[in-house]
Amino acid sequence: MSLLEFFLRNREGVLELTLEHLWLVGVSILLAVAIGLPLGILLTRWPRARRPVLGGANIMQTIPSLALFAFLLPLPWLGERADRIAITALTLYALLPIIRNTYAGITGVDPAVVEAGRGMGLTDRQLLFKVELPLALGVIIAGIRVAAVTSVGVATIAAAIGAGGLGEYIFRGLAMVSNQLILAGAIPAALLALLADGTLGLIERRLRPAQ
Amino acid sequence: MLAGGANDVVIEFRGVSYQLDSRQTILHRLNLEVRRGETLVLLGRSGSGKTTTLKLINRLLVPTEGEVLVEGRGTLVWDPIRLRRRIGYVIQEIGLFPHCTVERNVGLVPAAEGWPAEKRRERVRELLDLVGLEPAMAARYPHELSGGQRQRVGVARALAAGPPMLLMDEPFGALDPLTRAELQREFQSLQRRLRKTIVFVTHDLREALLVATRIGLLEAGRLVGLYTPEEFLRAPDPLAADYAAAFRTAENPTERGER
Ligand SMILES: Nc1ncnc2c1ncn2[C@@H]1O[C@H](COP(=O)(O)OP(=O)(O)OP(=O)(O)O)[C@@H](O)[C@H]1O
Ligand SMILES: [Mg+2]
Repeated sequence: MSLLEFFLRNREGVLELTLEHLWLVGVSILLAVAIGLPLGILLTRWPRARRPVLGGANIMQTIPSLALFAFLLPLPWLGERADRIAITALTLYALLPIIRNTYAGITGVDPAVVEAGRGMGLTDRQLLFKVELPLALGVIIAGIRVAAVTSVGVATIAAAIGAGGLGEYIFRGLAMVSNQLILAGAIPAALLALLADGTLGLIERRLRPAQ
Repeated sequence: MLAGGANDVVIEFRGVSYQLDSRQTILHRLNLEVRRGETLVLLGRSGSGKTTTLKLINRLLVPTEGEVLVEGRGTLVWDPIRLRRRIGYVIQEIGLFPHCTVERNVGLVPAAEGWPAEKRRERVRELLDLVGLEPAMAARYPHELSGGQRQRVGVARALAAGPPMLLMDEPFGALDPLTRAELQREFQSLQRRLRKTIVFVTHDLREALLVATRIGLLEAGRLVGLYTPEEFLRAPDPLAADYAAAFRTAENPTERGER
């Protein structure tokens, strides 16, 4: 049976796992943005928090994903369902690039522009929403893009704890020593990563301010 | 508020020092009064403290000693946002918002003040006309403008909400001499019409003589003299004399060496 045949015969299964994968990644990235963006903004206003926050997010990234899943397993509520564990872990991984790029994007705004805004009497809020965030948006999206692409890859490991996603095929393929099954998981995952990369890259380019 | 009158003091420095840290003092005991409707020029070489002096007026900086009074009230007493909205600021680097069209750049403070859109558009058109820009420029982005056009937009933006005071930090710097002269002429006619209280920073004596009612000479963070343009050219102060001599040489290159 060729790979193409496999896909045709199992298109419902492939589709389901792909959607599951997309869901794991999508929810985690949304959560990571919801947490990381305000945190990144906070760091620009409160530089003292920079080292502990970035340091913490950095350490998160160094924990191997399987180990992180294992750490989360005994936690109440979270540990009860595999998808909760997977989403938590993916969110934690996605935080660093989002926080870092939000911080870098805002602090990278031309100081003359910020000074002009402050000098003409914009409030802190107006300065943030009308000047700093719009100008940092390209860099922030670039961070989300990195987070999303990494997430698609890491999410394949979520299958190890039964959270589903395209990793299911990969792990099953490993167990059965079937390259075909491995590819049946790996190829859609790679396509997902490319898709996320392309879409966010497009948005990023459109949002980068003209020089 | 102060009562009206030609010689009202609008901005006053009272023994103002500005220190970065215990070792570095950028301004020393500055005393200075700016009167209503005048154009006070701060003249001084690079690093003499001109920009620092301006930023103390709109509270981008606060004095480490002494106080700055604006309309009779210390800048620390003012709500900084209200203070800054009464003082237009043309910063040295222009600092236009690169993600906003000219129209939005100029209209940002009026928008923040809650002006309705129609009134804002009207005001932007009026201001572009005032600084000599075509109405069609309103839709452009800063990177689509020449240096001179950007500087005009910077001036228009500072004037947008009709502030009674204006701080201009080398507003015509980095321009070719012809464009510069043109902008200086336009500034003069603008000021004749608007009668704002202006503090104008430059290191170019020719420009200072052209636009100033009075010239304050800054050197290494100290105000070393305050003159009318006529007085300046005859001032006994050695630094002022140096400026004046350099100026005369530039005006009459053939006289070089005869002095
Ligand atoms: N944030 C800062 N940190 C360190 N030094 C500073 C800072 N701001 C100003 N200075 C120093 O203070 C002095 C005065 O600076 P200021 O910007 O007021 O000069 P200026 O007269 O406007 O010069 P220029 O004509 O070059 O714009 C300079 O020696 C400058 O290096
Ligand atoms: Mg300066």
